[in-house]
Amino acid sequence: MAQANRERWDLGGTQMETLLTEVARFKGESLWQDAWRRLKANRASWWALVFLAVFGSVSILAPVLPLPSPTAIDLQIEPQPPVAPWTELGNDGYRREYWDLNALDEGLVSLRQSVFGDWQFSNWLGTDAKGRDILSRIIWGSRTSILVAIAATICSLLIGVSYGATSGFLGGRIDNLMMRIVDVLYSIPFIFVVIFLITIVNEYRTELEDNWGINREVVFYVVIGAIYWLTMARVVRGQVLSLRETEFVEAARVVGASSARIIFVHLVPNVLSIVIVYLTLTIPAVMLFEAFLSFLGLGIEPPKVSWGLLAVDGAEVINPVRIYWWLIVFPAAAMGSTLLALNVLGDGLRDALDPKLRGKD
Amino acid sequence: MATALDVRDLSVRFDTQHGNVQAVDSVSFIIEEGETLGLVGESGSGKSVSSLAVMGLIPSPPGVVTADAILLGDRDLTSLNAEALRKVRGKEVAMVFQDPMTSLNPLLTVGRQLTEVLEVHEGLSQREAYQRAARGLGDVGIPAPEDRLAAYPHELSGGMRQRVMIAMALLCNPKVLIADEPSTALDVTIQAQILELMKELQERHGTAILLITHDLGVVAGMSDRVNVMYAGRIVETADTAPLFDAPCHPYTQGLLGSIPDLTGVAGEDLYSIPGQPPDLAELPPGCAFAPRCERARDECTAAVPATLEPAADRLSACLDAELLAREGGAR
Repeated sequence: MAQANRERWDLGGTQMETLLTEVARFKGESLWQDAWRRLKANRASWWALVFLAVFGSVSILAPVLPLPSPTAIDLQIEPQPPVAPWTELGNDGYRREYWDLNALDEGLVSLRQSVFGDWQFSNWLGTDAKGRDILSRIIWGSRTSILVAIAATICSLLIGVSYGATSGFLGGRIDNLMMRIVDVLYSIPFIFVVIFLITIVNEYRTELEDNWGINREVVFYVVIGAIYWLTMARVVRGQVLSLRETEFVEAARVVGASSARIIFVHLVPNVLSIVIVYLTLTIPAVMLFEAFLSFLGLGIEPPKVSWGLLAVDGAEVINPVRIYWWLIVFPAAAMGSTLLALNVLGDGLRDALDPKLRGKD
Repeated sequence: MATALDVRDLSVRFDTQHGNVQAVDSVSFIIEEGETLGLVGESGSGKSVSSLAVMGLIPSPPGVVTADAILLGDRDLTSLNAEALRKVRGKEVAMVFQDPMTSLNPLLTVGRQLTEVLEVHEGLSQREAYQRAARGLGDVGIPAPEDRLAAYPHELSGGMRQRVMIAMALLCNPKVLIADEPSTALDVTIQAQILELMKELQERHGTAILLITHDLGVVAGMSDRVNVMYAGRIVETADTAPLFDAPCHPYTQGLLGSIPDLTGVAGEDLYSIPGQPPDLAELPPGCAFAPRCERARDECTAAVPATLEPAADRLSACLDAELLAREGGAR
């Protein structure tokens, strides 16, 4: 092959050798691989990522772990304090009581029963006033909170990126109009919008659920997502605005690529690094928002658990006579550490994806 | 020989807040198949804008493009709508840019970008497209092209990237290749290779090349005919050899005189055309070059000089064209 090339293009010997050595050391490294390497070198972000991965797996695997039921009520006089695992690892008091789980989770719970039988962990983190296990509630609650966060973030991502990229790419009057719409939406206090939408949805909830299969939670995701796309759209639009003047976009036009193609094949991958960084900051914001709405009674409804509802339970028992600290400390610690990890990861991702920005805010 | 591209009376104006800028003013040229036409001029003389106008890529607003006709083969590009024009771009008219460092998308592999042309225009399957792309890379002298398809632009040198750009431009066998300063951003040895490559590919495919450059050396080596542009107008048109032998426009004379000469005395100032190119928003009346011209007289500023034919097969927009032609012939 090399010989054939040499004859064919009549390149000088040394010239060809240089080219061939260039080929030899050649193994495509994309910007993503490069970023991944840099992320691994950043110790704080790496541990944040590990923490999130472990926490995420535990959360996904919740139904198969030998946790007590998060909803099985055992009416007692007062919340039970934590039992250290080394004094009592577990007992045989498991009761299969959940809210309406989907088929997959039902299956997983059955799997748990066939493996562990009635054995369950003791109340390592104590119980609440109704005798429900806090550890189990935190882990099951994390599923709800993480799901809301991810679903709402994806929703905001889809709307924000397409809106922002289109606006920035088209430019001129259309861009102006689209951005003014964003400004108007920004100026509406969105907590009212959420309360308004959720109230309306409550009004028609049976209808929606029967006819469209839309339950309150789906609406919840979409509503939060529909609010958080605004900043995403602005960020993406700003990036696209500078990218569309670059020569490779001109080159794509010259090749005959359509506008949609230029936006989604050439521009969007180039803004992804910023979008990803922004995502890791949106997820915690959405989580907090979910907790806030659930706290107000507008979000997730009992018997389901979410971190917001746990905070409600915790806040209820704070009184001057006797403080059941485990009701507030453990849920808060779980939520706080997750949010911290997400923020640290976001910071590390920004450094990894855009080395030029390192050390700046 | 058939005509590949025939541009008649092309004008481009940009309506900006600071006034209307006449970037290109009644430019006409013809490129035969397999021929190279050089478009020479200073920065801002309208070379690139004319080529973008041919491709239909002048953003409007603020750009206003008018032309009697832009004939590609026997089709008039001015009569096509945006969608039809998009199908022409890349397939029948292709373009190579000045800076290969920025004209490839840094996030897509070379293969992905090469196959894009084929995907857009020929609807080939991925497999076929990649095979064609590999062959295209081989044709521009890139060794082990199959491996290179997986490369990202940042892994290639400038010369390599320019080869990739040329390969991309030629994948669909276009009738016309517009090369906008294809060698300016490269170092001299690579420049020579790239120009040599373009010539070779032109011979093989019979592509017509519109070579935009401000490097007269490149023009001398590459083109068959030359158009000299100044302030949006073509001031002189001639075959390459006669143009260099006997320029019939003072501006061309000035350009040729500005080329540093190895025989010059050390420490002596190099020749340059006095003055500055005019502001395109406020062109001087008459000949745009008159304020910088040694031969300028009242007539020159009265009206835009008509295009004369001072010798066979050459045009010049100077009142003294015939005089200059005689002087040149005598020399």
